[in-house]
Amino acid sequence: MVDYTPPAKKSLVGPMILGTLVFVVLVVAAWVAFAVLRYLVMETTWFVPLLIVAGKTLLLLAGLLIFIAYILLADRKIWAAVQLRRGPNVVGPFGVLQSFADFLKFVLKEPVIPASADKVLFLLAPLLTCVLALAAWAVIPLNAGWAIADINVGVLYIFAISSLGVYGIIIGGWASNSKYPFLGALRSAAQMVSYEVSIGFVIITVLMLVGSLNLTDIVLAQQNSGPAHWLGVPWFTMLNWFFIPLFPMFVIFFISALAETNRPPFDLPEAESELVAGFMSEYGSTPYLLFMLGEYVAIMTMCALTVILFLGGWTPPLAIAPFTWVPGVVWFVLKVCVVFFGFAMVKAMVPRYRYDQLMRLGWKVFLPLSLAAVVIVAGVLQLTGWYR
Amino acid sequence: MSVVSLFFYLFSGVLIASAVMVVSSRNPVHAVLFLILAFFNAAGLFLLMGAEFLAMILIVVYVGAVAVLFLFVVMMLDVDFAELRQGFLQYLPLGVLISAIFFIEIALVVGTWQLAPDALAMRKAATATPVDAMNARALGRVLYTEYVYFFQAAGLILLVAMIGAIVLTLREREGVRRQSIPQQNARTKAGSMVVVDVPVGQGVSNEGVFRKDAAGQKV
Repeated sequence: MVDYTPPAKKSLVGPMILGTLVFVVLVVAAWVAFAVLRYLVMETTWFVPLLIVAGKTLLLLAGLLIFIAYILLADRKIWAAVQLRRGPNVVGPFGVLQSFADFLKFVLKEPVIPASADKVLFLLAPLLTCVLALAAWAVIPLNAGWAIADINVGVLYIFAISSLGVYGIIIGGWASNSKYPFLGALRSAAQMVSYEVSIGFVIITVLMLVGSLNLTDIVLAQQNSGPAHWLGVPWFTMLNWFFIPLFPMFVIFFISALAETNRPPFDLPEAESELVAGFMSEYGSTPYLLFMLGEYVAIMTMCALTVILFLGGWTPPLAIAPFTWVPGVVWFVLKVCVVFFGFAMVKAMVPRYRYDQLMRLGWKVFLPLSLAAVVIVAGVLQLTGWYR
Repeated sequence: MSVVSLFFYLFSGVLIASAVMVVSSRNPVHAVLFLILAFFNAAGLFLLMGAEFLAMILIVVYVGAVAVLFLFVVMMLDVDFAELRQGFLQYLPLGVLISAIFFIEIALVVGTWQLAPDALAMRKAATATPVDAMNARALGRVLYTEYVYFFQAAGLILLVAMIGAIVLTLREREGVRRQSIPQQNARTKAGSMVVVDVPVGQGVSNEGVFRKDAAGQKV
């Protein structure tokens, strides 16, 4: 016979008091929250604008991240097509959900931190890369007046933020406390600092034509003045875009952008045949995901900057009926895709540079060329009075 | 308290805290990273003052380039931390003395500035409102138009410093084969490749596969 004792009857008084207390606390909390919210909305002048900016930022970031998921897929598909492979084609129809599957895989894995690593910096580095890359998008105008922060020094802001991207790589490489990551970090530091110089000079030539550091002004300048107006065909806006008068600068900017974002053929910081995976050797799971995400966001930033500086931003190529019906943001995204197609084709077709060739190209070819271009453009503008 | 003053105290607080950490942190790499944080907050203070151009230039030049090279050097140094920490107490009195002198000087300047009867007028004179709000244009006008000769002279001084550094460090070592880019680019298939018809079962003679230069030396 089993010895069975029925459970003692529990008193309901305790739970009832607890329930009432929780209810009262919830009501008070809701009331306080409502009062605070009411005060912030009605009495302060900064709260509602802050909310609007936060909403815009969330919208932009969500759109950007989803766009990048597909850009990543496109990158792999283009690469595969050049090599006569199929590329990712398993997850979803034609592999369209591949990036999301990868995302889940990285997020669900365990982050491994090496025992001898500097733990704080090791985890800070990928976060820094990602946050800085995303921060650059605050000033990019996707359409007339669509920039979250339409600041006077927009170009400089993007230049500053993209020059900070190197910190994530250096810190990550050093904090890993391992040979290959450190070598990758050193390479990256030298490479990114070198190519920033020529990017800076290329930007200066564009700025001389515009006369403003504001990104919206730069796009509007390509709409309102230039060869199309001088030739008497103002609807042919494509002629106005700066890639025509500044074609050599456009090429230099494109190549320097590849080097600045560590894209092939300049992906020496992570050269897998020499350095395992470079600065990312010790990383896995979410930190690695953040590094990759930051890299692709930086690539998108560079594509967007190319579009704004040289390809007329959100303006249509021809300002006539069917083209002007399409919203500006569609033109912007289309142009970004075209530039990114260039990035992807270069990755697929060009073999990796040797490190000394990279340095030579940056310092002995691009720097003199872009310096000379600054002088020539300034001289031409001064003598002819174009773009006044 | 407005939002601007909130940000002012945030930036200055973090600036001072990170500046203290630059001096007191034991790991030199951490010290450099705190220095970068200090630069950042200084840029934030510039922004609050309306000097947006200077703020961005501070980040581009100091954080983006100078501090990267700093970090580069510090990371490559083989630093003995125990040895570094030995001298800390020894030099403490000297450091305290110097910082006390600086503190007194700043206090005197600030004190007399506020005690002066015409302080308000002087302040107004010091920060004249520029005609146009774009401070990039205003700075450019001052730097490249009004003071262009001084600017050129400063540039020349920097150039001399750079040449000096290169002259001091560049040395040609004897007996080292150096890379010659023109020679590499001038290489052709004909000059660098020999097609050898190898008879079956006999292999290649040792000499045959090496390229020889004009003097008959192996290259």
